[in-house]
Amino acid sequence: MSRNLILGAALSSLVLLAALVSFVWTPYDHAALNIPAKLQPPNTQHWFGTDHFGRDMFSMIMVGARTSIAVALVAVGIGMALGVPLGLTAAARKGSWLDEVIMRGNDLVFAFPSLVIAILITAVFGAGAINAIIAIGIFNIPVFARITRGAALSLWEREFILAARVSGKGAARISAEHILPNVANLLIVQGTIQFSLGILAEAGLSYVGLGAQPPTPSWGRMLADAQTMVSFAPHLALIPGLAIIVTVLGLNLLGDGLRDWLDPRIRVARA
Amino acid sequence: MTKQRFRSFASALALGASLFATQALAKSDITIAMQLEPPHLDPTSAAAQAIDSVVYTNIFEGLTRFMGDGSVVPGLAESWEISDDGTIYTFKLRDGVTFHDGTTMDAEDVKFSLDRATAEDSANAQKALFAGIETVEVVDPLTVQVTLKEPNGNFLFNLAWGDAVIVAPESIENIKTNPVGTGAFTFADWVQGDSITLNRNPDYWGDQPALETATFKFISDPTAAFAAMMAEDVDVFDNFPAPENLPQFEADPRFQVLVGSTEGETILSTNNKQEPFDDVLVRQALAHAIDRQAIIDGAMFGYGTPIGTHFAPHNPAYVDLTGNSAYDPEKAKALLAEAGYPDGFETTLHLPPPSYARRGGEIIAAQLAEIGIKAEIINVEWAQWLESVFKGKEFGLTIVSHTEPMDIGIYARPEYYFQYDSTDFQALMETLNSTTDPDERTRLLGEAQRLIATDYVNGYLFQLAKLGVAKAGVQGLWENAPTAAIDLTAISWDE
Repeated sequence: MSRNLILGAALSSLVLLAALVSFVWTPYDHAALNIPAKLQPPNTQHWFGTDHFGRDMFSMIMVGARTSIAVALVAVGIGMALGVPLGLTAAARKGSWLDEVIMRGNDLVFAFPSLVIAILITAVFGAGAINAIIAIGIFNIPVFARITRGAALSLWEREFILAARVSGKGAARISAEHILPNVANLLIVQGTIQFSLGILAEAGLSYVGLGAQPPTPSWGRMLADAQTMVSFAPHLALIPGLAIIVTVLGLNLLGDGLRDWLDPRIRVARA
Repeated sequence: MTKQRFRSFASALALGASLFATQALAKSDITIAMQLEPPHLDPTSAAAQAIDSVVYTNIFEGLTRFMGDGSVVPGLAESWEISDDGTIYTFKLRDGVTFHDGTTMDAEDVKFSLDRATAEDSANAQKALFAGIETVEVVDPLTVQVTLKEPNGNFLFNLAWGDAVIVAPESIENIKTNPVGTGAFTFADWVQGDSITLNRNPDYWGDQPALETATFKFISDPTAAFAAMMAEDVDVFDNFPAPENLPQFEADPRFQVLVGSTEGETILSTNNKQEPFDDVLVRQALAHAIDRQAIIDGAMFGYGTPIGTHFAPHNPAYVDLTGNSAYDPEKAKALLAEAGYPDGFETTLHLPPPSYARRGGEIIAAQLAEIGIKAEIINVEWAQWLESVFKGKEFGLTIVSHTEPMDIGIYARPEYYFQYDSTDFQALMETLNSTTDPDERTRLLGEAQRLIATDYVNGYLFQLAKLGVAKAGVQGLWENAPTAAIDLTAISWDE
């Protein structure tokens, strides 16, 4: 296993662990205001300090991880659940009108700047975590559709697919039984990358006030709240900023590491 | 030819020297930042505070005017006589006053302005100010007689509002984009989305102001406001949007911080017609669930005075009723149980953009959660707030600062957005309006304050502070805000 993979897995599990633990334990109640204790720098009682309402930042970061992961996970889930079948269908019916419709539809979604459309969606249907998930999810669909189709197309030329066809299997069955398992590696790697992008998108939407609404903690909103206070309480911005960096870096390293590890060519070379 | 050229050269030199001299003496231009840009520049047809901030006393003047300390002094009316029964006001106008377009300001203009405000189809945002006017008559070019339906002790105060300024029929058509008034400054330029520039009016009837030009710059983002001030891009920030940054300005010798009071009663507005807030016990529970000091400290970083009713604490008639709704969550829970909501209920909390609302709302939501009320926070922009909360009345709770001066009268309007409908209060306001005796008025105002406080109409939070930040050399800024205004005539540089 590569160093990337180990480091990425470690950082990602750290964040995941924080999110899971937050369901049963946080050092303080993340929503409890304690105004007299506001704006404390990191200290032994409050490891990450307190925010402008005296809330414990460490607890907020833990629960915020939950928000980020939930939004990104569901968004990637939407992207995979809709994008992969679309991609498989397009590849199976290569060159047909169906292929055209699917891929031009994808181009259409791709053509829009994703964050701007996400803002549009949340502005029209109301700000909130659910709409943020949908907005981010929609933009994951073409990513997965495209990558699936690309990989599937080359597979369709291979002899083992020809063998399957000769044995009388239909296109749908071949896609499910032979194509999908062979593109799964790619999808996992891409899923990790999209996951980190999802976390960034959630932070971005929350930053402009369109993501998870208070009192649900969110890293992006913590950053936005910190804006006017950076000059005298830098930890308010540094800590959620670092949390985002650690998570995204971890996921990207993990994605890279997984790609190397799962790539059959490299695997062969290794063996 | 040579001679002439020499002369013009000499005069240019002299001009340059004199310019240099005045500049060495004192700066004569100023850049003042405000958070909101006015939608247009007609103070007589919109409620937007930003309009008054730019034009009040600078471009437009009324018969009377507010001073920085809140007192009402003669404006375009030099003097007035009030008939013994208090219904006929005879105003003597100042002689030699001209509008910026050169036309003279006379009794006809006053009649035009007041008739326009009282007209059936009037677009005035504060029609109640003029509701008592029966007729406006021109006696001679410099005398106007206003007859009221009944005595109104507030009439001279009402005429000082920005909504009561004198406009001219000749220039009314384009008033929104090219305001023509009688003030010490003329409108020069408006770069939409950026700034408005005013120039000194050389034909002003009163004393010439120290400033030659003034630029109002619009900076809505608190972070950008801080950066602009620190970089000295602006000389004054009229009402600084981020109270958390004030200690830094105070510690910096380049700046002065002016903390004063405004007429803004910041309240947790409650939809009195919506279940369960139609029950006074529920509203009382809300009142006791709120810890005002925590809101002032948490949302405003300590700036603000707690209030227990809808009245400004700096007003002599103010009654301190904060004890009536003291923070007592246990009592609040008991009241909720008595009202039939032992487990609380769910409602919405609409929050407009200012930090007093956004931050105050998070604190209030947490405090309400303590007694079992789940208030869903909905952040809205001002346009949305006006549409759905103020006009549509689709809200449970909202936080807003009511910045009009002496606006307790809004509680007598059952159709007003919080929909308080009390015949007792309406009768009290009628008595008040027809009372001119100052002591009696004070007593009635006290009674009115008590009535809305014991009916727990809204959650009364705090009086909004005016947080002015300016460069150290700027003098004459209003510390308090008796009305929305940035009085340029009083401002000068001390250098």
